[in-house]
Amino acid sequence: MSKKQLYSITALFDSPDAIINAASETSKAGYTKYDVNTPYPVHGMDGAMQLKPSRLGYFAMAFGLLGAVSAIGFMTWVTLVEYPLVIGGKPFWSWPAFVPVSFELTVLLASVLSIVAMIVIYFKFPNNAHPLHDTKYMKAVSSDKFGINIQANDPKFDEKVITEFFKSLGSKDIAPIYFDDEELQHGQKLFDPKFIGILLLVAIISSGATYLIFNQLMFMPPFNWMMTQEKLKAQKPSELFADGIGMRKPVEGTVARGILPYPFKGQPDSAGKYLVNPSLPTKEVLETGKQKYLTFCSPCHGNFGQGDSRLRGQFPNPPTLHSDKVRNWPDGNIYHVITEGQNVMPSYAPQIARDDRWAIIHYLRALQRAQNAKESDLK
Amino acid sequence: MKKELPSKVKNLGWALLFVGIVIYAIGYTVNPREAAFNNIIGFLFITSIAVGSIFLIALEYIAGAVWSVPMRRVNEFMGGLILVAPIVAVPMFFHLHDIFHWTDLGAIGTDELLKGKQPYLNLNFFIIRFVVVFALWNLFYRLFTRNSLKQDLSKDQKLTTINIRLAAVFLPVFAITLTVTAVDWAMSLEPHWFSTILGVYYFSGTVLAAVATATYIIVKFHENGYLQNLKRDHFYSLGALLFAFINFWAYIAFSQFLLIWYANLPEETIWFMKRWEGGMQFVSVLLIIVHFAVPYFLLLPQEAKMNLKRLKFMAIWILFAHLFDLYWLVMPTYANGVTIGWMEIGFPVLIIGLIIVVLGYKMKRHNLMPVGDPKLERGLKFRL
Repeated sequence: MSKKQLYSITALFDSPDAIINAASETSKAGYTKYDVNTPYPVHGMDGAMQLKPSRLGYFAMAFGLLGAVSAIGFMTWVTLVEYPLVIGGKPFWSWPAFVPVSFELTVLLASVLSIVAMIVIYFKFPNNAHPLHDTKYMKAVSSDKFGINIQANDPKFDEKVITEFFKSLGSKDIAPIYFDDEELQHGQKLFDPKFIGILLLVAIISSGATYLIFNQLMFMPPFNWMMTQEKLKAQKPSELFADGIGMRKPVEGTVARGILPYPFKGQPDSAGKYLVNPSLPTKEVLETGKQKYLTFCSPCHGNFGQGDSRLRGQFPNPPTLHSDKVRNWPDGNIYHVITEGQNVMPSYAPQIARDDRWAIIHYLRALQRAQNAKESDLK
Repeated sequence: MKKELPSKVKNLGWALLFVGIVIYAIGYTVNPREAAFNNIIGFLFITSIAVGSIFLIALEYIAGAVWSVPMRRVNEFMGGLILVAPIVAVPMFFHLHDIFHWTDLGAIGTDELLKGKQPYLNLNFFIIRFVVVFALWNLFYRLFTRNSLKQDLSKDQKLTTINIRLAAVFLPVFAITLTVTAVDWAMSLEPHWFSTILGVYYFSGTVLAAVATATYIIVKFHENGYLQNLKRDHFYSLGALLFAFINFWAYIAFSQFLLIWYANLPEETIWFMKRWEGGMQFVSVLLIIVHFAVPYFLLLPQEAKMNLKRLKFMAIWILFAHLFDLYWLVMPTYANGVTIGWMEIGFPVLIIGLIIVVLGYKMKRHNLMPVGDPKLERGLKFRL
């Protein structure tokens, strides 16, 4: 076994005043390669150690800017290029919404990367240990003592002189710290084939297990008990039928309940002539009509059918529903327009049920009557 | 340790005060409505400094702060403005109908919203609130300073303990009363509009104004040999406090904007629309630059917070920014678009005069440092 290599001489002190004094005496004595370890930040240490202003701020600034730029850049790319989505009627690139995220990422990267940078610099990456680790000295300074250590690579280093020097400062606990023999002989453990191999093995096992659990095991009985059921799901194939299609078409010559095929496709005039409103304008029907009208029709036609849309020109405004033409139309004609659409107005058949369309027509008639009241209505 | 302000400064204070009174008088005869609105700005400004200083005193006691003890007297002097702040408000009480729409009983009759808010927004309760709030502030100011001054002679440590307990009572009272003041004098200008964060918004400006005033006075004292024992560590702490509250203001201001912008409700956005139309958009952007961007970058470097010249400049800058902030808060209600005339520029003169006069009055009577405070010794030795 070779002679142990010295890292530094450490000394422990009992009070913050003593460590401040020790630090300033050490820097006055001309030592440069030394460091102070305390359980908490001691006020005035920078001055006592004659430290130059820390350059950590510039690192933090760079990392913070990186965070801000990447957050803003990412959100810009998402909202403008990759997946533009209208949210709350706001522009795609809505910067106020980016501010909290950018702020968080700025703070996150600035703090986390600063710590990573500190570890990289102080532990001399790829080394991941420090000679001071796991020593009595480190245990003491992380609980209630204040420590100082002068490193062996200081140009003025002399073991005896420094021990005497620390004694003269009033320290009762002076000890040398040695490099870990094993570490020195084996070099970097980070690139040790065994270490890398185990790391790889762990990575393969954990990712493989994740794959097996979520993509295989979950599809096996009994874990699939909610996913696999006897019933046929929509859009799925079926072996029962000869054509292999699970969803069946209605039998020819029949119609489903509640659904009547519209017989007047492309024939508004015949619709007006032959179709009669099947419902009566009772209070309930008018209420339904009002509700459906306000939901589906009013965005373009306006709340009172005057063609004053609230879409602010994003869709062409329709003409008023109080024109003579619409007022003199039979109900069937209006029904045809709602069902089939007209000009830029699309068909509303999928959205509004048949009876609701007729209810809307009743409500529309009421609106028209309100706008063009007859003398007799006022009595 | 009692010092007097140089007679030159004192005379300047009296002159500014006199000029300010004349400006107020002319303002109220020429255009009472505009004058009353400017009066709100001045009143909120002086209240900021006064009650903000009391807050700083309470904060020091409750946090057990050591570094600020040698400078606490400056806060105690400036807290004295709490006596004159209600006097500044007096002229407005003759023109409440010009300022507050909710005092119009005719409007309340036809306005459902105002009717709903009437239990809070009515003249009697408004005046009661005003009296109670200022009575409480004056009471706490009296108690704090009385104990502090008594300690100068008796050096009794118990007085510090009493003040710590007082501070614990005062801080919640302060939170409520300050919110009430902000709601009464700033938010109720637009009685339909509401923002739950406005009290905090005013608070951030309040503390900024108080710290800035204290910083300017302390640095001036130090330069003229009054508080010579202060070190760069003390000034750094003052600068850091300024810097922190600059960021706090920006944080609160943006929080208010973001929520209203996101929800996009007409009843809330109207307030920002008023500040984004007819030239006000430039004023709003300027406010962000003056109140946040410039002080942020000028106070960011470590050296800047210890540089006395920079600190003095920033203190005055931030005081102006707070005044500007209040202008931005109040004036759009007076008229749409930008309102800037001799009144907007002239009305703050009175406040500056009052600050100098009150400072001179207090300085003559009391020690510049709390010589009996048990923490003073440690405060002077304070190191970063």
